[in-house]
Amino acid sequence: MATLEIRDLHVTVEADNATKEILKGVDLTVKQGETHAIMGPNGSGKSTLAYSLAGHPKYTITEGTVLLDGEDVLEMSVDERARAGLFLAMQYPVEVPGVSVSNFLRTSATAVRGEAPKLRTWVKEVKEAMERLHMDPAFAERNVNEGFSGGEKKRHEILQLELLKPKMAILDETDSGLDVDALRIVSEGVNRVRETGEVGTLLITHYTRILRYIKPDHVHVFAGGRIVESGGPELADKLENEGYEAYVKGGASA
Amino acid sequence: MAEAQNIPVGSTTAGQIAVAAESTVATRMSVPPSFDVADFPVPHGREEEWRFTPLERLRGLHDGTAVATGDGVKVDVQAPEGVVVETVGREDARLGRAGTPVDRIAAQAYSVFEQASVVTVPKETVLTEPVRIAVHGQGGTAFAHQVIELGAFAEAVVVIDHTGDAVLAANVEYVLGDGAKLTVVSVQDWDDKAVHTAQHNALIGRDASFKSVVVTFGGDVVRLHPRVSYAGTGGEAELLGLYFTDAGQHQEHRLLVTHNTPHCKSHVVYKGALQGDGAHAVWIGDVLIEAKAEGTDTYEMNRNLVLTDGARVDSVPNLEIETGEIVGAGHASTTGRFDDEQLFYLMARGIAEQDARRLVVRGFFAELVQQIGVADIEERLLTRIEQELEASVA
Repeated sequence: MATLEIRDLHVTVEADNATKEILKGVDLTVKQGETHAIMGPNGSGKSTLAYSLAGHPKYTITEGTVLLDGEDVLEMSVDERARAGLFLAMQYPVEVPGVSVSNFLRTSATAVRGEAPKLRTWVKEVKEAMERLHMDPAFAERNVNEGFSGGEKKRHEILQLELLKPKMAILDETDSGLDVDALRIVSEGVNRVRETGEVGTLLITHYTRILRYIKPDHVHVFAGGRIVESGGPELADKLENEGYEAYVKGGASA
Repeated sequence: MAEAQNIPVGSTTAGQIAVAAESTVATRMSVPPSFDVADFPVPHGREEEWRFTPLERLRGLHDGTAVATGDGVKVDVQAPEGVVVETVGREDARLGRAGTPVDRIAAQAYSVFEQASVVTVPKETVLTEPVRIAVHGQGGTAFAHQVIELGAFAEAVVVIDHTGDAVLAANVEYVLGDGAKLTVVSVQDWDDKAVHTAQHNALIGRDASFKSVVVTFGGDVVRLHPRVSYAGTGGEAELLGLYFTDAGQHQEHRLLVTHNTPHCKSHVVYKGALQGDGAHAVWIGDVLIEAKAEGTDTYEMNRNLVLTDGARVDSVPNLEIETGEIVGAGHASTTGRFDDEQLFYLMARGIAEQDARRLVVRGFFAELVQQIGVADIEERLLTRIEQELEASVA
């Protein structure tokens, strides 16, 4: 069973000629089949955690370890992490002019699966996955994320999640900027992947709204660059009622 | 497009639309056109038309010190039946009809070339196979003159392929009779040290169509002047260009379309990728719509993709309009870079760095390559693009 183990993770960024520590000792274990929600106020470092796990060059790991099935993730390049089974659904997916969605998906699937998918089954697989996400087939011929609406970008991210079948999925504010219909469609996509029982999910969000559609097993409150409280789904209800105020004060003094 | 917002350090993208009495196109050249090299002073580098060019790398083409050697270039013309291929002397009346040299090097070439090559496709002859002209550099210096003429309603594809090593200054003329259709592909696939300057003059007959594809990969310095004017109404020009500028290379394309006749069209698309230290691409796109050219329809576009730090693009589109009675006129220039965020996104989906780069560059050029319409050339270009990308890793 796949396990992602994050131990005492410290991360810095360079900004305005100064080094700033964003993550200050994150400890978290996510097992295949589990869903962990990470909730926290803006600026708490949630997205930094997501991008650090995926290997974005902007972030420097200064301390700690990240293991996926015992393998040292921090030693891997960005593409190696993806091929090892780590997937990051991005909050702000990047436009790639000149590269069509269909070409991108096939190149990506070939890389992650280690061989090119058989053309006939692949076309069917993509078509069905797109239908489930209510995506127009014409979408496949558009350039990656170019001119996509916010909702289209997020559906495109979840389409990749469904096709690439990672061991660990990190969803970085996938709910932000979505209307209720789009949120439901995207959540259904995530749930289809979860129901296979083969993925561990790290759901990063500011709002509790998405948790009505995607039920987490564990909820963690993130503030001041670390997890400050962990609990079951009931913790999300508490946040819904009380907000982050109690944690922000604590985080500010840390 | 996102690329429009991403302007790398060291690039300029300037453009203007002038609707004024003062001609910026005319003032771009410091000296009026002339067939005589003596009419041009030796450029010092600050003139508008020379300011981007590294004169010290022109091997004396610009200052009269370059002298033709016996081992300049070897020219081999393969033409299908019905095409007339001739070598003629300087006095031949068919030379110099499509345009006049606009800078000192073109005038130098016109002043000293000894023999010209004339390829004629007689009227109403429709070729099914391309005419192939191989210009292979032998390591020396050459001044050349080439005329390609299509009679009325003739149709032809001509591929001019430059390879090897040479210092070459040339004038190339395309003369299209009424209703003729010419596609000409000029490939600059030189070895690393070659220096190539050329003025391409196209004179488009009434209702004729001219398609030019300029592809520049190789050479130390390549500096081309593709120019178009019209001999009658209803003419169409499509000018496509593709360049891949590597470390240390200077590739300069200076276009001028002169709409001197009513109801003609022009469409210009040049795309370039740059990588490596000191890679420098220059694109000047001038379009002049004269007062009498009512009903003109023109559009020009230049896109650049900067793949690494240390490369520089100067892109200057310029549209000058002397009549408001036109169908359309526009231009666009963008310089974007393949940035770290795009690379991260693709790699985060398991795609290795080199594959990611290849994906983006192929995508960037694919649409343009598909418009060439000469299958073996399309194939070869895509292969060369791959090679250029791989060379950058080594």
